[in-house]
Amino acid sequence: MHAAATVSEPTRPGLRHWAAHPRTGGVLALAGAIALLPLGLSNNYFYEIAILVALNAIVCVGLNLLIGYAGQISLGHAGFFALGGYGSAILSASHGWPTWLALPASCAAVGLLAFIVGRPTLRLKGHTLAMATLGLGIIISIVLSTEDRFTGGPDGMTVPPLAVFGWAIQGERIWYWICGAALLLAVWLALNLIESPIGRALRALHGSEIAAETLGVDSARFKLQVFVISAVFAAIAGAMTAHYAGFITPAKASFMHSVELVIMVVFGGMASIFGAVVGAVVLTTLPQLLTVLKDYEMMVFGAVLIATMVFFPQGIVPTLARWLGRRRA
Amino acid sequence: MTLLAVRDVCKAFGGVHAISDVSFEIRRGAVHSIIGPNGAGKTTLLNMLTGIYVPDSGQIRLDGHDLTGQATHRFAAAGIARTFQNLQVFFNMTALENVMTGRHLRERCSLLAALLRTPALARAESACREVARSLLQRVGLADYEHARADAMPYGALKRLEIARSLAAEPQLLLLDEPAAGLNQTEAREIDTLIKRLAADGTTVILVEHNMRLVMEVSDHVLVLDHGKKLAEGTPQQISHDSRVIEAYLGVEADLPGHA
Repeated sequence: MHAAATVSEPTRPGLRHWAAHPRTGGVLALAGAIALLPLGLSNNYFYEIAILVALNAIVCVGLNLLIGYAGQISLGHAGFFALGGYGSAILSASHGWPTWLALPASCAAVGLLAFIVGRPTLRLKGHTLAMATLGLGIIISIVLSTEDRFTGGPDGMTVPPLAVFGWAIQGERIWYWICGAALLLAVWLALNLIESPIGRALRALHGSEIAAETLGVDSARFKLQVFVISAVFAAIAGAMTAHYAGFITPAKASFMHSVELVIMVVFGGMASIFGAVVGAVVLTTLPQLLTVLKDYEMMVFGAVLIATMVFFPQGIVPTLARWLGRRRA
Repeated sequence: MTLLAVRDVCKAFGGVHAISDVSFEIRRGAVHSIIGPNGAGKTTLLNMLTGIYVPDSGQIRLDGHDLTGQATHRFAAAGIARTFQNLQVFFNMTALENVMTGRHLRERCSLLAALLRTPALARAESACREVARSLLQRVGLADYEHARADAMPYGALKRLEIARSLAAEPQLLLLDEPAAGLNQTEAREIDTLIKRLAADGTTVILVEHNMRLVMEVSDHVLVLDHGKKLAEGTPQQISHDSRVIEAYLGVEADLPGHA
């Protein structure tokens, strides 16, 4: 019985425990990093990269809930990302909707689409969702480049800037803070979800699907909920990208973009929310640093995926955490 | 009063009749044991009583509701909980979290409440944690509260599964060989636990090889052999049944309390 003492966590709810908890300590650390980062951003180009990182990280946090916790893979998240952007763009540019209304409406519609696709697919066992989203992503990508009456075709379309109370949000600095705050919010929501009965049910499904079901966990229902959430996260990031850049092209919906997102999650660490953020940070900045290798970008991503699988299959953050934990012990 | 009624259930796996035409009834508040040699179909039967297998024919009714052919989580929602012969512990969680997961059906929360961690949810979670803690104490695992399940010894995991299934507050608890693989001390702890459950009025179906335990705690015993019901009755009747002795118990003198 005393063996348990060596593996037990501190139970007293002191300050140390509070700070070591991911929902409080981790979010605070991330907030600190977002607040301090501008000290190192010397020009707009760096701001641009930081914004790109934050938006990718939002998608990855959602996708990580799906891959790491619901145990399902989506190969069509770039499709949801692009649909979120195009939806908001078309509603505001072509139909005169105010942008603050077009953005949430578009993201809700993407959530509905994910629900419609996920409901029948997630009832089946195995990787049917990966196949369904692969097909969906390709369809979205084709529709966006061929329906040029609505989307502007392969050349893309201009997107009006996000406006709140008649004030247009433009410029790298302000978008940096908006994206930083959105990322912080996404991480907080994801951490809350994981610690809720729903998150416990999802982890239980991972641990033993049979046992979870004999405790009343309806696996199809929970997988569907997480799939919809992850699609909405992607749509929000896509819509923000469109309004920030003022432009969107069907390239955002490409299959390769979907694969990149999955690699970020796997590299950072499945079932690790902060791993998803780290994966997005590393794999978004890497191509910017290695501009010489521009033509070989996908090869670099492929190599990163292989190396991750061989050397730290759990992903970089969980591996480091375990390594640090062992050193401290 | 009948809680569970099983009528003429059959299950075959590619021509092998694992269970054929088995019928029985379970009274509320009683401990029913299912015994039989290896391969008699005991675990197959439990799997049908939890919706893991769908019977080829026959009917399973709990409290008058027909559950035949329903999904596993519906059996759970109807009030059937179980443990597993081969452990099905959530090894990716702590002992406490395992038991808290057992309260899944009692802790319904909306997606929105989960994302925002509303104060109501936070309160429900700490109440859930307290219940789980007291269950760990009840099965004698209080010291393991924060231990990760994959760092716990086998005997403790057996009891952890019992605590997890009790957390669901089931109408009917199925225990599949809870004492298998345990040493004598551990097996005695399980004995005491089951006796206490029986005394508390929990309706239990016990699948067990340990005859001493079966004879001590059961109100009613069902004997399976080659997927068929061989005999049924009180422990006294069973231990005197010549067919049972022949098929399963072997030598009469092995039975304790059968002088």
